[in-house]
Amino acid sequence: MSDKHKQVAYYPGCALEGTGHAYNRSTKEVGKALGLDLVELKNWNCCGAMEVKNIDPKLQTYLSARNLSIADAMGFDTVMAPCNGCYHNLKKAEYDLAKDPPSREVTDRLSRKAGHATYEAGKVTTIHALDWIKESVGEQGLKARVKNSLKGLKVANYYGCMYTRPRHIFPEKDKGPGSESTSKPHFMDDLLAAAGAENVEYPLKTACCGGAHTLSDSDTSTKLVLNLLTTAEACGADVIATECPTCHTGLEMHQVRAEKVFGRKTSVKILYFTQLLGMALGLSARRVGVQENFSDSTGLLRARGLG
Amino acid sequence: MPIHEKSLIRPENLVTHEHLEIDGVDVSGHWSTFITSRAITDYNEQMQEEIAALPGGEFIHRCWQCGSCTNACTINAVNPDFNPRYWIYLIRMGFESELLRDKDIIWQCVSCNKCTYACPRDVSPEGVMKATAHWLELKGYTEKKPSTAFDEVFSEQVFATGKIEEGRVLRQFFARTGQSLSQGWLVELIRSLASRLPVGLLVKLGLASVIRPRTRGWRGASLAIDEYVRECEAAARKALRLDVQGAE
Ligand code: SF4
Ligand code: SF4
Repeated sequence: MSDKHKQVAYYPGCALEGTGHAYNRSTKEVGKALGLDLVELKNWNCCGAMEVKNIDPKLQTYLSARNLSIADAMGFDTVMAPCNGCYHNLKKAEYDLAKDPPSREVTDRLSRKAGHATYEAGKVTTIHALDWIKESVGEQGLKARVKNSLKGLKVANYYGCMYTRPRHIFPEKDKGPGSESTSKPHFMDDLLAAAGAENVEYPLKTACCGGAHTLSDSDTSTKLVLNLLTTAEACGADVIATECPTCHTGLEMHQVRAEKVFGRKTSVKILYFTQLLGMALGLSARRVGVQENFSDSTGLLRARGLG
Repeated sequence: MPIHEKSLIRPENLVTHEHLEIDGVDVSGHWSTFITSRAITDYNEQMQEEIAALPGGEFIHRCWQCGSCTNACTINAVNPDFNPRYWIYLIRMGFESELLRDKDIIWQCVSCNKCTYACPRDVSPEGVMKATAHWLELKGYTEKKPSTAFDEVFSEQVFATGKIEEGRVLRQFFARTGQSLSQGWLVELIRSLASRLPVGLLVKLGLASVIRPRTRGWRGASLAIDEYVRECEAAARKALRLDVQGAE
């Protein structure tokens, strides 16, 4: 437990203002319940998600650099991004601005033309919501605050692609004991276990949900999601815990689509890990936005004495 | 002459003799199937250079054909014809006609970066897949794929306002790819959600789809980005010698 991330700059990103609203709400509620402080970045812009890099990767770097420079101007050295896509892009920008002179050049040039301060590499570090809670409260701190244990809830922890890949943009990972791992991430497992959940051994933690082609190649995405859902069920999970609005929405959308189009029904529920943590901290299901999820988990939560 | 693996053993390149005697020995049966001999003359020597000139393709020259990318690949697992290592090989060889046989699946890369994680040579195979898909479109070998349409709809909104609104992205994407918005599963999904969402949030989401969310003071960034995008497009066309051909 440390004070390092007690107050951080918060970058919600576009998805958390739209389909990922429940993630935004539950992240803020969990922060409040844990005595952590989130200060939203003023006037932030979209990180470019998975799309802008396909127009030009350096443009993506610029978009993220603009956000990092806002954090810096606001006096923060840490930005917390709960969305895997935002987190990935900000980390990628940190890396490229320090190591790739052409990216640096384009960012400087665009910043100058746009009329705002350019971002100096190394001044701000991006962390994910998982690091934020893990490092500021820790498992022991969390355990001490649990009011409504997740006991009896079987959870498959799903981290998705962008939280771990490619590994070179996450210099703090793969540092051995205590650090996060890119091949077998465990921060979400650790936190939910501290909240009392029973984590199942889920082999697809970092498999892809096909989020990049959710709409442009729906059949492939449905196939990939169906694999995630049926494997979670085979592992005995009641719930898949997510940490990314794209993964979360993809799992929910394609669960419905798999049933409608392929006739494959699955009943595993999908919840943001912050929603689960929030309920463990004694917040109501409504407070953490469970009613905003597509996947209706009220029955399951009630049966487990949660919500 | 290099061996072009898969292409050598395609059915059309195999000849089976009913009865075959070689030097007086009857070798009918398994030993009577042969790969036809051939000479390849249609190498495109510019291909690697052109793909390397597009964003993502820069490091294709580093590939040593270990196959780790294909072995790790998400899409390869659901479609064995999706084979990054093989395509990188064809591109480096300049074997264009072979690459074109797979032109309609290369765009399906989901950018999961499992290949990039696995590659021991920092080729960034994910980037090469994207560059190759763009190369195919720019050269006119394929029509614009839905994923490109999605990237464009999305990026145009970011460039214009600094932010996106998902409902608008969805509507514009469907419109641009000529799909109906009333697909059964989508309607079902929205109906089930709308019945449970609090009214306040519904109104908020509804408003966001009418009044575009935007980043304040974005105009300067928007102009700078537009100019940069035009420069990138011109550079890509030049690297692919498209303007030269257009002028002819
Ligand atoms: S990024 Fe594309 S090529 Fe690489 S593993 Fe994923 S789907 Fe395959
Ligand atoms: S993993 Fe890298 S080096 Fe190996 S075949 Fe794929 S691109 Fe080439």
